[in-house]
Amino acid sequence: MSVTTESLGSRSHGDRVRGTAFYVLLLVSVTIGFLLLGVLLVDVIRKGIGYVDPTLLNEPNSSDPNKAGAGPAIRGTIYMMILLLVMVVPIGVGTALYLEEYANRERWYNRLLEINIQNLAAVPSIVYGILGLAFLVRGIGLGRVLLAGALILTLLVLPTVIVASREAIRAVPDSIRQGAYALGATQWQVVWRQVLPASIPGIATGSILALARAIGETAPLLLVGALTYVAVNPTLLGSYTALPVQIYQWIARPQEEFRVLAAAGIIVLLVILLTMNAFAIWLRNRYQRRW
Amino acid sequence: MVMSDMESAPAAPARIAGVDEKILAERAREAASTRRDVLFDVSRLTVSYADVPALKGVSLEIYKNFVTAFIGPSGCGKSTFIRCFNRMNDLIPSANVDGTILYHGIDLYGPEVDSVEVRKRIGMVFQKPNPFPKSIYDNVAFGPRVLGWKKDLDARVERALRHAALWDEVKNRLKASAYSLSGGQQQRLCIARCLAVEPDVLLMDEPASALDPISTTAIEDLMHELKREYTIVIVTHNMQQAARVADMTAFFSVEVDEEQDRRTGVLVEYDATPTIFTNPGDKRTEDYVTGRFG
Amino acid sequence: MTAQDATAAAQPEPIRLRGERRRWGEDVVKGILALCALVSVATTIGIIIALVEPSIEFFREVSIVDFFSGDRWAPLFTPASFGIQPLLVGTLVVTFWACVVCLPCGLGAAIYMSEYARPRVRNVLKPALETLAGIPTVVFGFFALTFFTPLLQDLGLGVNVFNVLAAGLVVGVMLIPVVASVSEDAMSAVPQELRDGAYALGSTRLQVSTRIVVPAAISGIIASYMLAISRAIGETMIVLIAAGGIAKITFDPREQSQTMTAFIGATGIGDIPTGSIEYKTIFAVGLTLFVITFAMNMLSIRLVRKFREIYE
Repeated sequence: MSVTTESLGSRSHGDRVRGTAFYVLLLVSVTIGFLLLGVLLVDVIRKGIGYVDPTLLNEPNSSDPNKAGAGPAIRGTIYMMILLLVMVVPIGVGTALYLEEYANRERWYNRLLEINIQNLAAVPSIVYGILGLAFLVRGIGLGRVLLAGALILTLLVLPTVIVASREAIRAVPDSIRQGAYALGATQWQVVWRQVLPASIPGIATGSILALARAIGETAPLLLVGALTYVAVNPTLLGSYTALPVQIYQWIARPQEEFRVLAAAGIIVLLVILLTMNAFAIWLRNRYQRRW
Repeated sequence: MVMSDMESAPAAPARIAGVDEKILAERAREAASTRRDVLFDVSRLTVSYADVPALKGVSLEIYKNFVTAFIGPSGCGKSTFIRCFNRMNDLIPSANVDGTILYHGIDLYGPEVDSVEVRKRIGMVFQKPNPFPKSIYDNVAFGPRVLGWKKDLDARVERALRHAALWDEVKNRLKASAYSLSGGQQQRLCIARCLAVEPDVLLMDEPASALDPISTTAIEDLMHELKREYTIVIVTHNMQQAARVADMTAFFSVEVDEEQDRRTGVLVEYDATPTIFTNPGDKRTEDYVTGRFG
Repeated sequence: MTAQDATAAAQPEPIRLRGERRRWGEDVVKGILALCALVSVATTIGIIIALVEPSIEFFREVSIVDFFSGDRWAPLFTPASFGIQPLLVGTLVVTFWACVVCLPCGLGAAIYMSEYARPRVRNVLKPALETLAGIPTVVFGFFALTFFTPLLQDLGLGVNVFNVLAAGLVVGVMLIPVVASVSEDAMSAVPQELRDGAYALGSTRLQVSTRIVVPAAISGIIASYMLAISRAIGETMIVLIAAGGIAKITFDPREQSQTMTAFIGATGIGDIPTGSIEYKTIFAVGLTLFVITFAMNMLSIRLVRKFREIYE
């Protein structure tokens, strides 16, 4: 009896040590990201909070750090968000509906379409910038305008919206569709009156997350000309700038004062983004339906 | 199909698994007093999924204002079969239907027939209650709305709910979510939903299999009421249920092809319910109804 | 409605099962939805045309051999030189340091979430990781430049103000959620019976994780790695801000170096004239970048399909 206990004890001792070490490693892996996120937030807030004031929120950029603000950039970002919402959600949801409700998976072109979307989701964002530069800014001569930036961001986050919408649509149980068909509804009636309403929470969550990603994007906007001095409110076909681009511009300056200004800009950007994220997560938890 | 004469249906020898002779006698009386008008004429129907037949060579007739039950072991294709009557199989891309189903003399699978039109006349209730994630009212109003029947919607909803014997239970909370109802109430709501579009036929695919005994009784009583106005086709795995509600019963079985590892459903016997349960013509039917198989 | 009404309604009126008219609306809707789907096809075609056409012109002026074999990148100098190797090396070094962080940490986070964390913890961790993944790269770049680099300097590593190490490590942190989420998907798809079987033989949680779950989910894990590497190669803002702007061949991470993406970003900002050779370099480098990331993405997509096929 005692032998058994001893051998059991000795065996589990080595395993315990190894198991604990492994567990600690896993914990480190999980927390390192959040740890750095925490440090980042504290660092940014410590540096920039003093500059978050009406000047920052309203005034245009200036060569004097004490007078410089991100007013037009913030408004540019907000306008771009509205444009994006109007363009990316209908196209994204339309594509998702096509793929989930209409497309025959047996067909090669539909399979190709799916792979194409998966691939687009992983294309570097700067490549979208090149697309915008070649086709929108120079190609059709749209120039470096707000609409060009919004169009490029639309294409950039379109795959994200499609993937999220598809998941939401797929989560609607087939029994709902069958029930509606059995009453003599046409396919579109089934989709419009049953599938779409039932998947709206999921679509909204995915779209907000995608939108948040889009307005934090900087690289593609550099190529479609958001890096300009704008004193007034941006217009659809006028020159524009966006908050992350303004932040980059300040970071790129060697003077310490502009770095601090950049930190202040980052605080504003993060407040907008984290609010959107929190809203999306709340929406998901609030309306998540277990079928 | 050999039809035995209803009047001379033999008194049931008491050898059937738990089926009451009185019920069968009543079924026989009822069937005898109802005229037989052919509503569906199925001939040589074969359904395949991705070229593998799930159901082969079925021919039978379904009569107006009768309750017709399809029974048989699982995998015998009875659910596949019932879904042919309102072309629900169309929704499965790999499904293929051969043979004909004449409905009022029109082939349901004819080239010019529109599946949406078919489903307006031939409603279906599913195994698991599947109310829409909407209010009780909106569930019933969905069908009329998609058909563009906007007049007197309230009256239509009320009539459907009364028909489905649900009105008294829900009249004070029509705006409540359909998910707040019990399972049995949900199933009656699904029946009401079908009735609201005034169909000709009600197809019921194991409508009570997910319900408790009390709810099951409620659904069965409802079928008795409804067959005065509707033709009902029901799939059930419960023989007592078939005996209680059905005028005609079709027994399906599975043919196993060992070589190709395929299981195909076939129609074994179709007759008046009392005959199927007391005097079946086929050994396989007898084995099944006496509980020796399945 | 009585029985008589029902029969009266059904009988005299001839039964029509034909559609009253062809449902044009249904076709129109399907067409519109298909058009939406075509937008993404057009995007891909657009990207390819946008990259290939100016690149062809570029390679008329610069030989493709010089482009890939040259070890000096100085397109804006006279005499100009168009050897892409320095940019490739810069990209490689950044990617390497990013991988040092994101591959082990991402996998560890995935194992933790899939095998160790209780559902409650997981329900907090997943959105938290999503949030981390949602931090804009310009913010990470700022962090690398103004916090990480000074930290490395304080540690006495002798790093430059702009250096590849800080940029690479921060890119790695940014990619932890990418590796974690795709790997965790693959691990969650491993059937519980496999785990139960191993536990029944007296395995510890460590053994089940490393010997059963990780091997079973290996194609998904590799897919997540490919995706992360592809993202590291394509990351622009962090390197543009923190890694410096001098293209040179160096494997010393304390030095500054330019990546392909940083070059495109830095050159694309300026208002260079269309048709000039400088303008076309953007596209030649962009095409190189696209081909590399495209190959890795396709591999990753194939691997993901593989694990989906096995368990779903």
